[in-house]
Amino acid sequence: MSYGFLTIYWRDMIRFFRFKALLISSLLQPALWLAFFGIAMASNFDRLMAGMQVPAGAYAVGYLTFMGCGIIAMTTLFTSLFSGIVILFDKNWGLMREILASPVGRNHIIVGIALSGVTKSFIQALIIMGFGALIGAAFFAGYPPLQVVAGILCILAFVGMFALGFLFLSAAVAISMESPEGLQGIMTLLTMPIFFASNALYPIDTFPEILRILSAYNPMTMLINGIRYFAIGPDFYALGTHYAYTQADIALSFLGLVLFTVIMFILAWWRFRSAVVT
Amino acid sequence: MEQPVSAGNDPVIRVENLEHAYGDFKAVDGISFLVQRGEIFSFLGPNGAGKSTAINVLITLLGLQKGRAIIAGHDVTTEAQKVRESIGIVFQDITLDRDMTVWEILEFHGRLYDMPVKQRRDRIEELLKLVQLDGKRNELTKKLSGGMKRRLEIARGLMTRPEVLFLDEPTIGLDPQTRMRMWEYIKGVNREGTTIFLTTHYMDEADQLSDRISIIDHGKIVITGTSWELKNTLGRDLIYLETSDNASAQRLLRSIPAVREIKEKSEGIVLMVNEDGTKVLPGIIDTLRGEGIVITTINLKKPTMDDVFVFYTGKEIRDEGQAPARGGFMRARGR
Repeated sequence: MSYGFLTIYWRDMIRFFRFKALLISSLLQPALWLAFFGIAMASNFDRLMAGMQVPAGAYAVGYLTFMGCGIIAMTTLFTSLFSGIVILFDKNWGLMREILASPVGRNHIIVGIALSGVTKSFIQALIIMGFGALIGAAFFAGYPPLQVVAGILCILAFVGMFALGFLFLSAAVAISMESPEGLQGIMTLLTMPIFFASNALYPIDTFPEILRILSAYNPMTMLINGIRYFAIGPDFYALGTHYAYTQADIALSFLGLVLFTVIMFILAWWRFRSAVVT
Repeated sequence: MEQPVSAGNDPVIRVENLEHAYGDFKAVDGISFLVQRGEIFSFLGPNGAGKSTAINVLITLLGLQKGRAIIAGHDVTTEAQKVRESIGIVFQDITLDRDMTVWEILEFHGRLYDMPVKQRRDRIEELLKLVQLDGKRNELTKKLSGGMKRRLEIARGLMTRPEVLFLDEPTIGLDPQTRMRMWEYIKGVNREGTTIFLTTHYMDEADQLSDRISIIDHGKIVITGTSWELKNTLGRDLIYLETSDNASAQRLLRSIPAVREIKEKSEGIVLMVNEDGTKVLPGIIDTLRGEGIVITTINLKKPTMDDVFVFYTGKEIRDEGQAPARGGFMRARGR
């Protein structure tokens, strides 16, 4: 049994904690989104929605809580998609040749990088939940402590699975590319539709038909379904839309993420197997 | 291919008819050679001769296309994993993480190769002393000088006590003083029992560092031997002449028994002589004077690695910048 992936992981974490500026900014960025975009939009939306009738007995949540779940997903998406850049730098100027010429299997390289990416996403997700609660997002409102912990763990499971999928995608593209600029271009291009064709900031029910279908199958939407289910609840009103998730819906979303991640792993594995770096 | 064997007959590297092509271009075109246990063996050739391609196949970074290569008893095709475990590599370009410390670079390598903790830590201490970097252990590699980086890479290559250490252009881009010290380190490592395979396009590096040299050009090995053997193929001495009539001089001098071969240069001729040049020279001068040919330049010297290289490849090495000092012979041509 070889633990090559732990070595890769160890080294990646050294780098993560070494660059204090990068570390702090990567943790601060989602908080700033929440603080500025979140509060600004919430104050508007909540005013607009004030006149709307919510059926008696239904649970209405504020916009900050609603989009806070989306911000967790957004941060995970960005971090995961851009994490491949390390591979590219390693390939051109760093340790990739040493690693590829070593006895460590190539799947260990992928797994090691994925593990460190997931760790980073977990740290960010926890910080956003904490910060969100601090500025007034009603995550886990009224839950007993044990249920809060269970909720957090379930959210991390969703976040981890989603992060893995996009990490694999990012790694597959990175190992096939020559320049960091090219990678950055592709990733920026991808983030747009994935982020905006999802239910991160608004409901997708009122989208035009094609966009709505696209959004429903977007892994981002599946992740956010999971986060909202566990952070807010199975049945709530937000932005005038009624959200009702059954356990089956959520299980299906998770399975969708698993499927996505498996496909991305195969893609990454295939690209790494044929990768030649000299 | 037949070749002189100076070390014992215990080859650590055995390569037979190795070929490697990129599309239609054959970078390595059917090379065969043996490297004996304990020697320092060099590939000497210009940039683009196929040295790096060959080394990349041997270290399993490039797949083997044609031929056979056995490293430390393992076939690079069927036992790549075993090959990887028994070699150390110093790549042509610096391959260090700028943001890791000297100690971390070595620790990372030890972990990659699954070395037990105790062994790993002991080796790191030992090697840091060997390459004189123990004072720099907590320094980020971006703060090291070029020579220190190279030394760190050599230390890394030695972490697993490999049977063979591959060095791809180990002193490229280093200043002359640092290069000399690098050679001392490499010789020291070799004395401890590690076989060294290196590629270089520096004449003096091949000449002074290696036990045996293969001159490689256009993907083929042109000749293999010790530095002494290679120089001897050009005769004992070289005499360079510029005269009023080079063509006639060449014809006349062919009849002198001590003259083995004559090569034409742009402004003169080079005689390779089998005997002591100082004894042959008066006879040459007399012969030319007797025919009324005026000698304008004479130069006598021992063959150098440059001469060997020019003779076998038909060209001077294409070097950009930082060329090592050449013998006075070549300069004489320009006067």
